[in-house]
Amino acid sequence: MDIEKLRLKANEIRQDIVKMLLESGSGHSAGPLGMADVFTALYFEILKHDPKKPNWEERDRLILSNGHICPGLYSTLAHAGYFSHSELTTLRKLDSRLQGHPERGRLPGIETTSGPLGSGVAQASGYAYAARMDQRKFRIYCVTSDGEHQEGNHWEAVNFAGKNNLSNLTVFVDRNGIQIDGYTEDVMPLEPLRAKYEAFNWSVLEIDGHNIEEIVDAVGYSKAIHDNPVAIICHTIPGKGVEFMENLPKWHGKTPDLGETIEALHDLRTLGGSIVGEHE
Amino acid sequence: MLSKKAKLSDEIFKDSIEFKGTKEGWGEGLVLAGEADRDVVVLVADTGGSIRSSFFEEKFPDRYIQVGVAEQALATIASGMANYGKIPFIGTYAMFSPGRNWEQIRTTIALNNVPVKIGGAHSGVSVGPDGATHQALEDIALMRVIPNMRVVVPCDATEIRKAVVEVAKDKKPSYIRFAREDTHVFTTNKTPFEIGKAEIFWESKDPHIAIIGCGPLVYEALLAARQLNSDGIGSVVVNNHTIKPMDENTILEVAKRCGAIVTVEEHQISGGMGSAVAEVLTKSYPVPMEFIGMQNKFGESGQPDELLEKYGMKAKDIVEAVKEVLKRKSS
Repeated sequence: MDIEKLRLKANEIRQDIVKMLLESGSGHSAGPLGMADVFTALYFEILKHDPKKPNWEERDRLILSNGHICPGLYSTLAHAGYFSHSELTTLRKLDSRLQGHPERGRLPGIETTSGPLGSGVAQASGYAYAARMDQRKFRIYCVTSDGEHQEGNHWEAVNFAGKNNLSNLTVFVDRNGIQIDGYTEDVMPLEPLRAKYEAFNWSVLEIDGHNIEEIVDAVGYSKAIHDNPVAIICHTIPGKGVEFMENLPKWHGKTPDLGETIEALHDLRTLGGSIVGEHE
Repeated sequence: MLSKKAKLSDEIFKDSIEFKGTKEGWGEGLVLAGEADRDVVVLVADTGGSIRSSFFEEKFPDRYIQVGVAEQALATIASGMANYGKIPFIGTYAMFSPGRNWEQIRTTIALNNVPVKIGGAHSGVSVGPDGATHQALEDIALMRVIPNMRVVVPCDATEIRKAVVEVAKDKKPSYIRFAREDTHVFTTNKTPFEIGKAEIFWESKDPHIAIIGCGPLVYEALLAARQLNSDGIGSVVVNNHTIKPMDENTILEVAKRCGAIVTVEEHQISGGMGSAVAEVLTKSYPVPMEFIGMQNKFGESGQPDELLEKYGMKAKDIVEAVKEVLKRKSS
């Protein structure tokens, strides 16, 4: 695994997220930027998949539960070769395959419809249960937000997956600490999150969600856990890579205007001012 | 007279008529569907025994999945299984599915367009002593308003068994509504059943009214037709089991032939089968209509028949409605 290459790829994906959101004029900034490293690790290192064959029967499945961060997934899928890069600017526009919240059947690489929070782990659990009935070898991954852990549906599913020892299921939690109305621990506290999952018979790993090596290693480790489903709590910074966005709840559902986009791209291209590009 | 083509039970107006739970037909249908297709699975939310999904467990224990008292999970786990490639049948009391998990059904089953088949048990006031909280009177409205969702309301235990087998054959998200108590079995194995095709169960030579019913109350409609016949009023009784996609041709045909309609359902008047019929007719052939059903009230505890009586859904109420609407009919 070439870490440097993956980091550069994540950076490109972030730049496209920002550009997409400027063009669409609506959508979510903080989550997609925060999860860009996880998406990169998944589509460029972890998943068994073939962008030229999005319906390949033996592919690993990636279910996005917090569907609002689809700009991150769309950008990653384009970079991975599922569809043409130029289509990214159609996000949220009439007749676009890139719907505001992802819809099954609209775009190659999208496994299910999501947006209304809390149903992803249930869908992934059903998928994993059925796959295990047929002794299939592929794995099922599900990306969730921390905020959606406030939904009852989510814990119904966690209970089901734990009861049924769905060890072919791995869930990522985007633990960015924010939601629409503020910080998660002020709105409706989620801690102790690890203990909650463990109480339902899950194994839990906690990682730096921006460290690609840690992400890949965690998944490798989860494959060795045969008794339980695994939750990988990814500690992330919402809006990661764009300094004026980082850690602010207000950027959950806000998109950058032109001036902000220029500043954001500058941040990303110079890695927060730490490098000086040729164009400077 | 009873339609010969419908091949209804010989016992239909006798004391010896069979009573059987529509849930028994549901369970029997599940087993048949499971035998026909290995991908059929059944999910339950703690009411598997109660609604007879458990018949499937006896034959196919490995394909029977318990989610506990968790109706949102019921819909969304089934969605994932259907997305994988199974044909899941989910079922519990209709007040909780689709009542509680309506959004999950809309998003993860209908919009997702995956083949989950949803059974809504304990519909209507005839749920009885459990009372208003458990008497689903809104589920036809809730489901028919969702795109991609097919809605079927079988009239007895024999018909629901056929309905389950039929909906299993394709990939369409589907809703089948049924009851709690034992109800009259008045169709036979030979009674025609085709999704989307309403059947005429009673046909007088010179009908002045079409009574369009769905579910076990179709029996009350037939009793009403018999009463009206002896009052010198000819009628047609339609078993309108498929609310969506509705058999518009038959509805229009009987409207044209009879000139007045009474609809009959164990459901709120607003948004139910009667409303759906009215939508069809108002566009192309408006005729005077009366609606038998729940008149914008909640139910309550009581014996099923007492409740149907109190809330005006018996044969005598249908007869009264017919006589009312005939006054408004233009000659």
